[in-house]
Amino acid sequence: MDYITWRSIYTVIVFVLFIGIGVWAFSKARKKSFDEAANSIFEEDELDRSQQNDTKQESKNNE
Amino acid sequence: MSQTSPQQIEYNLKVVRQFAIMTVIWGIIGMALGVWIAAQLIWPELNFDTPWLTYSRLRPLHTNAVIFAFGTSALMGTSFYIVQKTCRTRLFSDKLAAFVFWSWQTVIVLAVITLPLGLTSSKEYAELEWPIDILIALSWIAYVMVFFGTLVKRRTSHIYVANWFYGGFIITIAVLHIVNSMVLPVSLTKSYSVYAGAVDAMVQWWYGHNAVGFLLTAGFLGMMYYFVPKQAERPVYSYRLSVVHFWALIGLYIWAGPHHLHYTALPDWAQSLGMVMSVILFVPSWGGMINGIMTLSGAWHKLKTDPILRFLIVSLSFYGMSTFEGPMMAIKSVNALSHYTDWTIGHVHSGALGWVAMITIGSLYYLIPRLWGQTQMHSVRWINIHFWLHTIGVVLYIVALWISGVMQGLMWRAVNAEDGTLTYSFVESVEASYPFWFIRFVGGLFIVTGMILMAVNCYRTIRAGKPTVETINVAPREAATHSA
Repeated sequence: MDYITWRSIYTVIVFVLFIGIGVWAFSKARKKSFDEAANSIFEEDELDRSQQNDTKQESKNNE
Repeated sequence: MSQTSPQQIEYNLKVVRQFAIMTVIWGIIGMALGVWIAAQLIWPELNFDTPWLTYSRLRPLHTNAVIFAFGTSALMGTSFYIVQKTCRTRLFSDKLAAFVFWSWQTVIVLAVITLPLGLTSSKEYAELEWPIDILIALSWIAYVMVFFGTLVKRRTSHIYVANWFYGGFIITIAVLHIVNSMVLPVSLTKSYSVYAGAVDAMVQWWYGHNAVGFLLTAGFLGMMYYFVPKQAERPVYSYRLSVVHFWALIGLYIWAGPHHLHYTALPDWAQSLGMVMSVILFVPSWGGMINGIMTLSGAWHKLKTDPILRFLIVSLSFYGMSTFEGPMMAIKSVNALSHYTDWTIGHVHSGALGWVAMITIGSLYYLIPRLWGQTQMHSVRWINIHFWLHTIGVVLYIVALWISGVMQGLMWRAVNAEDGTLTYSFVESVEASYPFWFIRFVGGLFIVTGMILMAVNCYRTIRAGKPTVETINVAPREAATHSA
């Protein structure tokens, strides 16, 4: 296989892979686990933590 | 050992604290250097007739200080924080993490020494000579080991999206740096690139633009995907979009380099390919920006009261602006006007000061109190003042350089109809630029003032607190298997 043919096939492979990622990411089956992943960064707040000083580390927003 | 008890793991926050402090310090130094050289353009005598203080030597020092000292310290610190928090585990190795910190700071100190001495490889954003390049490579390999080692020993099944962006950035920078720094040394302080001619130029801008794409974009997007949801206290707008965003961004960015070499000796097809890829890049860039900004959907009122969130969200607006401007400037006919003018400098700074600096500043205002056992910064009002100082400074800067850039481009291409001679000499375009360079200088003063206010605020916050000791309880899941 010459260089140009290989590059053409490679381009098509990458394109199909990318479409595949899009379909996979937006498939219904993935929704639940992605929702969990998106919320995973908030779980630490519910876990036990100990600190040297007793300052509370909850909401830092000034509202 | 890192474990305080079989059920508890303590995060390594020491290295994060070190990087956080150095980010603020290098930010002030790097940006102040920028203001100085901006002033030199108006008042050339500010080089004090000293070779070490000439524009040509201080300019690479400025870019190295803001990109590799300020920006990269911020990335290293936040990535070590986020990877521990999202993987619920301590860093892979404390010793290696300490090596990353100290070796990286050594690299920057060496840059501060060698660049004013005029020791340079003359490759833009890769000016440092080969012995320093080797130290950079060692430091970066240690960084790769700490970051990916931590991912490997994670206690979660999923790898949070911020880590994907950090991971992409870390791997790509290693590859870019090593390939672009291939040189033949002739002495300790002098070397020649192994590449020649147009190939050398292409390798350089493959490196150069991907330093922008992966260090200044992907890395900071990692920051965005953690700190924006955390500060907004709601999950990212669309996690699915973030997955597609990641693969699209890293798949496309790598091809955009040739737009730095339009109308040069680079083959025409390569220039056109670079142009097309740069234009397509608009899509993932805006996908990411929308994903970040829409995270606030339903909670826009928070922007009224929370200056940290304002920093984060406005940084995304600047990101959107500069990633619209960039693809447009990569189009050859637009580039014919914009290239080599101040427009390019304005574009870079809307990305660097608007996007990179603002997302970093917002993230640091989130991090600093948490790293020193406080609930918030010493003064929230000062954060708000900093926000306005910075925003006004950036707007002054980029508007002034848009005008002077377009003006320069038009003056350089103007020809007299009768005989085809140039209407303006180069020096006339320089003279016409002075008012705008002054406005740029004033904008820079605003920004540095804001950074100094931030440093005072951080100092007060840190002095009022104590280093946080944060542990994670891993008992429920791990106790059974680890019982001794």
